[in-house]
Amino acid sequence: MGIVKTAKLVYEYARRDEDNHVIETVRAVDRVDLDIQEGEFVAILGRNGSGKSTMAKQLNALLCPTEGTVWIGGMDTTEEKYLWDVRQTAGMVFQNPDNQIIATVVEEDVGFGPENMGIPPKEIWERVDESLQAVGMTAYRKMSPNHLSGGQKQRVAIAGVMAMKPRCIILDEPTAMLDPNGRKEVIRTIRELNREEGITVLLITHYMEETVDADRIVVMDQGHVEMTGTPREIFSQVERLKALKLDVPQVTELAYECKREGLNIPDGILTVQELVDALCQ
Amino acid sequence: MMKDITLGQYYPVDSPIHSLDPRTKLMGTMVYIISLFIADNLACYLLGIVFLAVVIRLSRVPLSYITRGLKPIAALLLISVLFNLFLTNGEPLYWQWKFLKITGTGLRQAFYMGLRLILLIMGSSLMTFTTTPTSLTDGLEKGLRFLNTFHVPVHEVAMMMSIALRFIPILTEETDKIQKAQMARGADFENRNIIARAKAMIPLLVPLFISAWRRATDLAMAMEARCYHGGSGRTKMFPLEYKQADRIGYGILAGYLIALCLLRFLL
Repeated sequence: MGIVKTAKLVYEYARRDEDNHVIETVRAVDRVDLDIQEGEFVAILGRNGSGKSTMAKQLNALLCPTEGTVWIGGMDTTEEKYLWDVRQTAGMVFQNPDNQIIATVVEEDVGFGPENMGIPPKEIWERVDESLQAVGMTAYRKMSPNHLSGGQKQRVAIAGVMAMKPRCIILDEPTAMLDPNGRKEVIRTIRELNREEGITVLLITHYMEETVDADRIVVMDQGHVEMTGTPREIFSQVERLKALKLDVPQVTELAYECKREGLNIPDGILTVQELVDALCQ
Repeated sequence: MMKDITLGQYYPVDSPIHSLDPRTKLMGTMVYIISLFIADNLACYLLGIVFLAVVIRLSRVPLSYITRGLKPIAALLLISVLFNLFLTNGEPLYWQWKFLKITGTGLRQAFYMGLRLILLIMGSSLMTFTTTPTSLTDGLEKGLRFLNTFHVPVHEVAMMMSIALRFIPILTEETDKIQKAQMARGADFENRNIIARAKAMIPLLVPLFISAWRRATDLAMAMEARCYHGGSGRTKMFPLEYKQADRIGYGILAGYLIALCLLRFLL
C-alpha cells in the first residue's frame, strides 16, 4: 500500500434551498481509486468543479468520505484516534496565501504547526530553521507576512507544513492566485522538496505547464478519474483532453497542430527542446 | 502605515525594560495605576513622578514619544480639570459666580486630578512602547491562565487577539480596494452630509463583512490542517520564564507600593 491510498472513495453533499430543504445530493467525488507511492510527484488535473479540491480535503481528514476509505500512511482517516497523525503525515497547502498564515512574523508562523503538536521549544526552533532553509526564505524570517509577495507567502505556507515533518504534501491549487513569477518560484520549491527531501507531492492544479515534471498525472472530471499516466502519455491524447475542456501545454499544442498538418513529429512533446529536436531531425 | 500595525506603537530599542517578561510589565502597569488612586498628597505624587521618570529613563524611549500619547485625551483632561476646579465645594472660598466657584479644595483636587490622568496615560502607554503586541498577548495568556478555573477561555481569547493583529492590515487594504472600486462606479464617500455618508458605508461594509467571513472559514480550515486543536497540549516557541531581572522588577515594584502607602497613611 502506498502512502496515500483511496478505495472506491465517494463524497456527496446536499444542496439545499432557502428553507433548508434538500434539493439534490451532489456527488463531488465518485468512486476514486488512487495509490500513491512514497516519493512520487503526482499531479491532479481537472477543470473547475471536477472534484479535485474536494478530493484533496479528504486526504487531510478535513472531510470524511461518504463511502469508501482513505488511508494515509496506512491509517484510516475516519478513525478519530488517527486524526492528528493523518494531518501531520499529509500536510496541506491551500490556494489563498493570505488566508493560511496565522502569525504576524514569518518564523512564528512556521512554528505554528509544531507548537500545536506539542514539540519542545528547542526542537521547534530547529525545525523552523530547517524548513525556512528548505524553501529558501531564511532571509525573511523576521519579517511580517504582509510585506511579502504572493509567491513568498506561499513558500512560507509550505515551510509551515514542512516544519511538521510530513511525509506527503498536498497542494490545492497553490499557484492559482499568483503572478507568473510567483508561480515559477513555488513550483521550483515544490520540485526541490520532492527531489531532495524525498517528500511525496500531490499537486492539484489547472495549469498544464506545472505538471510536465510530475511522475504521474491523474485527470479528473465530474468527480471520477478520467485518465491516468505519465505526462507524455496524457499529453499525447490532445483530443481527449480538449473534450474534457482542458488545455495542453503550448508546445504540445503546437506540435500537435504541426503533426495534423502533416509534419512527422512524435506524440506527446512536452518541452520546447523536444520540439526543436523533433523538427531538426 | 497600516501594514506596520503588528508592531503597534512599539519603540524598538534594547533596554532593561524592553527585555522584561510581559507579565512583569503588565503587573507593573496595574500596580502603578492602583498606586495613583491611593495617592492623595504631594509627597505621594512626587514619588509617583520620580518612579515613572526613572522607568522611562531606563526604557530609553524618548519622552516626546510618550507625551504624544497625551494629545488625544487633552480635551478629556481639560474638562475633568475644569469640573474639579469650578464645581468643588470646600474651604476657603476664593471666588464665586452663581454655581461656579473656586475653592482651595477645588484647586487642589483639580491639580491632583490632572496630574493623576497624565501619569496614568504616560505609565500605561510606556508598556505598549516597550512590549510588542505578540508578547503582550502571550503575557496575557499566561498571566491570566488562572481564569481557566472559572471557565474563561483565556487561550482562545489570546489566539483571537493575535489573529486580529494579523488581519487588521489585510482588511484595511481590502476596505480601501472596495471603496475605490465603488468610487469608480460613482459612489460618494466625501459627501458633507453625515447621514448620506453613513448610508454610503453600508455598501462598503457588506462586501467587507462577507469577505472577512470567507477568510475566517479558510483560516479555520488551514489551522485545523496544521493540527490546531485549542490550547491543550500546545507548546510555545517563546516560553515565558521569569528571569533574575523580573524578580528584581517585582521587588522594586513592591518597594514602591509600600513606600507610597507609608507616605499616604503616615503623613
